Amino acid sequence: MHDRPSTLLIACGALSADAIAVLKQPGLDHVKLTCLPAKLHNTPGEIPELLQDKIRQSRKEFSEILVLYGDCGTAGAIDKVLVEEKVRRIGGAHCYEFFAGSEIFRALSEEEPGSFYLTDFLTRHFDSLVWKGLGLEAHPELLPLYFGNYTRLVYLAQSPTDELIEKAKLAASRLELKFEYRKTGLFGIENFLAENIH
Amino acid sequence: MEEEDIDLSALSDQELVEQMHDDLYDGLADEIKEGTQILLDRGWVPYKVLTEALVEGMRIVGVDFRDGILFVPEVLLSANSMKSGMAILKPLLAATGAPKSGKMVIGTVKGDIHDIGKNLVIMMMEGAGFEVIDIGINNPVENYLAALEEHKPDIIGMSALLTTTMPYMKVVVDAMVEKGIRDDYIVMVGGAPLNEEFADSVGADAYGRDAAMTVELAKQKIAERAAA
Repeated sequence: MHDRPSTLLIACGALSADAIAVLKQPGLDHVKLTCLPAKLHNTPGEIPELLQDKIRQSRKEFSEILVLYGDCGTAGAIDKVLVEEKVRRIGGAHCYEFFAGSEIFRALSEEEPGSFYLTDFLTRHFDSLVWKGLGLEAHPELLPLYFGNYTRLVYLAQSPTDELIEKAKLAASRLELKFEYRKTGLFGIENFLAENIH
Repeated sequence: MEEEDIDLSALSDQELVEQMHDDLYDGLADEIKEGTQILLDRGWVPYKVLTEALVEGMRIVGVDFRDGILFVPEVLLSANSMKSGMAILKPLLAATGAPKSGKMVIGTVKGDIHDIGKNLVIMMMEGAGFEVIDIGINNPVENYLAALEEHKPDIIGMSALLTTTMPYMKVVVDAMVEKGIRDDYIVMVGGAPLNEEFADSVGADAYGRDAAMTVELAKQKIAERAAA
């Protein structure tokens, strides 16, 4: 047993439920979770600075810090911060990749470049993050500009329920896309923690 | 209090142009169409309407997008509004002999179907007097080479939104080098995850951080080639 958490896991808020589920597993009680807001999904340029602030604020309290972020479209800016701070992150360009696994994700992308991905979190918050977040609630005429080149929605499911699968199907229908379902589980996060927490 | 409708035809030229900048910013397509027509009816040449009312308005939108004041939905609405003005001006521009700045072939690279940024660049490049040939999305190297052969542009533009697809730009540049045609063209690259360093690493001549900057860089690179 540890007296207090010695490892900090800094995650995207969109991954908080998944990280909590994994951290309930035996041997991880010394890992504390903290998250940056999930809404940064739509403005990833803000992530690196906020992540760096969070790392620096937490330095004194934790002997080790790990990060659950992909590159998330920051053009290497997250990695630049992590190299500077000597902190490791989970591998992959984004959460879709580390949930599905790099090989499967590559195959999905090559098979159909026009694939739009949802995770459990994005399915739950489709209305606020995608539909309203992209302005489609107020301006449905923007739908073909955003999604005209997409052909399918792939729901990469971590801990699916019937309700979530139905929500994902409904999202596909609202975006006028074919629906595809893939269960990924939480292996990506589990493996990352297993490899990096001692 | 309800906002009063502004009678665009009652405004002076300068007031109307400023109002059109506001209307572009707010994504009001009908007002942009009306303003464009009023300026034409007042005897403005189409190129002047395009540059002073529409392009300048979109430039302001671009600056606020870059600074995080506006986001993609607002920019798309502004772009839609500009398009509605452009639809009136395009046939007139061809007929009135607007200045030609150069020619560009542009497309999104293989594996990538995103074209919002590319389409904004096309609109701003056309607004600046460039002839633009859009080869669309998900382009293998063969498409770029065929378009260069067919259209003989000054500039080849490549776009990507994904970190997984952007390395394909180097495949295209390498193929141009192999065919001995690399230096016949200005290679410009752009897309959200790119940066200067990446553009250098793939052997591009310029990185267009946003649509307005792409236009400026395109003009600058063409001028440099003309002077060389």
